[in-house]
Amino acid sequence: MADAKDATDAPAAGAPPATAASAPKPAAPAAAPRQADGDGLTRRGFMKWSLPVGWVAFSAASASSLVATARFLFPNVLFEPPQSFKAGFPGEYNVGEVDVRWKDAFGVWIVREPEGFYALIAVCTHLGCSPNWLAAESKFKCPCHGSGFYKTGVNFEGPAPRPLERARIVLADDGQILVDKSAKFQQEKGEWDNPESFLKV
Amino acid sequence: MATKPPEPFLTRTWDYITDTQIWKSIFRHGMPTTNRNRVLVVMTNVFLHLHPVKIRKSGVRLKFTWCMGGLTFFLFLVETFTGLLLMFYYRPTVAYAYMDIIDLAEQVPLGVMREIHRWGAHAMVITVWLHMFRVFMTGSYKPPREFNWNVGVILLVLTLLLSFTGYLLPWDQLAIWAITVGSNMARATPLLGHEGPGAQLLALGDVKMVHAGSDARFALLGGRFVGEGALLRFYVLHCVGIPLVAGILMAVHFWRVRKDGGISGPV
Repeated sequence: MADAKDATDAPAAGAPPATAASAPKPAAPAAAPRQADGDGLTRRGFMKWSLPVGWVAFSAASASSLVATARFLFPNVLFEPPQSFKAGFPGEYNVGEVDVRWKDAFGVWIVREPEGFYALIAVCTHLGCSPNWLAAESKFKCPCHGSGFYKTGVNFEGPAPRPLERARIVLADDGQILVDKSAKFQQEKGEWDNPESFLKV
Repeated sequence: MATKPPEPFLTRTWDYITDTQIWKSIFRHGMPTTNRNRVLVVMTNVFLHLHPVKIRKSGVRLKFTWCMGGLTFFLFLVETFTGLLLMFYYRPTVAYAYMDIIDLAEQVPLGVMREIHRWGAHAMVITVWLHMFRVFMTGSYKPPREFNWNVGVILLVLTLLLSFTGYLLPWDQLAIWAITVGSNMARATPLLGHEGPGAQLLALGDVKMVHAGSDARFALLGGRFVGEGALLRFYVLHCVGIPLVAGILMAVHFWRVRKDGGISGPV
């Protein structure tokens, strides 16, 4: 404490403040703790640049470990079904039917109409439960809150505010149907007109 | 010659026990028969020292406090104890979770243990609300207690989160879909949810930074839907993460009740 006070008092006594790189003032009071090493670097001169550098380095290290720890929560590999899958050949589907064979594994119904196919994503647009296809009543029905959807995916009963979403459906190079859930088409946005939302055959 | 009658056997035994080094090393003061010793009982005990040495007479009036804060803490202890026992049997994996819950009810002795845990949880939510209602009605949220009111609000949220995370663990249809619905709210988190306001702003050109595989809901569930990752994360949060934070905040809460002037008296 006393040392620091003496050191700060020294310039006020008339001498200009010493800069970091310059040689130490020999006129410091007798009690001044300045100890020049071989290169003429003072302790204060050293602290002047090493303290900021040290704090910046420490802050950067802390911040990056914080980011890395947050990143830890996001796994690189998911043991979930892939977003896109091949759903067999068009000839394997019956015209006019809602095909439920991919629902459990991929959460998608494939509907075969006379003109072609569309893939409905099996997530209720109300709160995200999984509706069921009731063939006898020709509708999708959500068990959570009773939302109902026509075969087209358009909602008609219950609290669901909008139609089911359709997934991208195209033909792969090998002639199989390719469904890609990462591309979604919403009827209320007019996206069902998109050619990739309906596979014509 | 009047001789002093011998002390009764129990008195002698008691004197012998309280004179041993073991006893005296644990209790550094005499029986709480004097005011000084009563104070020392509280001040030399790590658990009791959170508590004030003296309280106003009104502080123990049931009609005034309803004892709801104390009951909430008691229920937290019940939940901790029964929850610890349940952890001996319950395995948080998709393959085992539901069967272990059935097993706990039907095969494990004292099959009511899980129900005690569940009823205790319901009761704790109720007592927390009633405690909050009491504090509000008596104006105990006003200065100098406003900081502790905020600690209490966080504790309320943690209580609800404990209920929410515990709800998934039975891994039945009700649990899975309730958490599906509940966690879908996280999609709408501002900036951090991929359907929330401002999420579109966080993009590098055409590459979205916040999408279904990188938003707050994904971090909560450890996946895009309620599956294995969600079960394990909820289990860890339920058994360790949230109770730890709640325990620390409870210590702060009780301490501040004392430091902010004790339980507020009737107006």
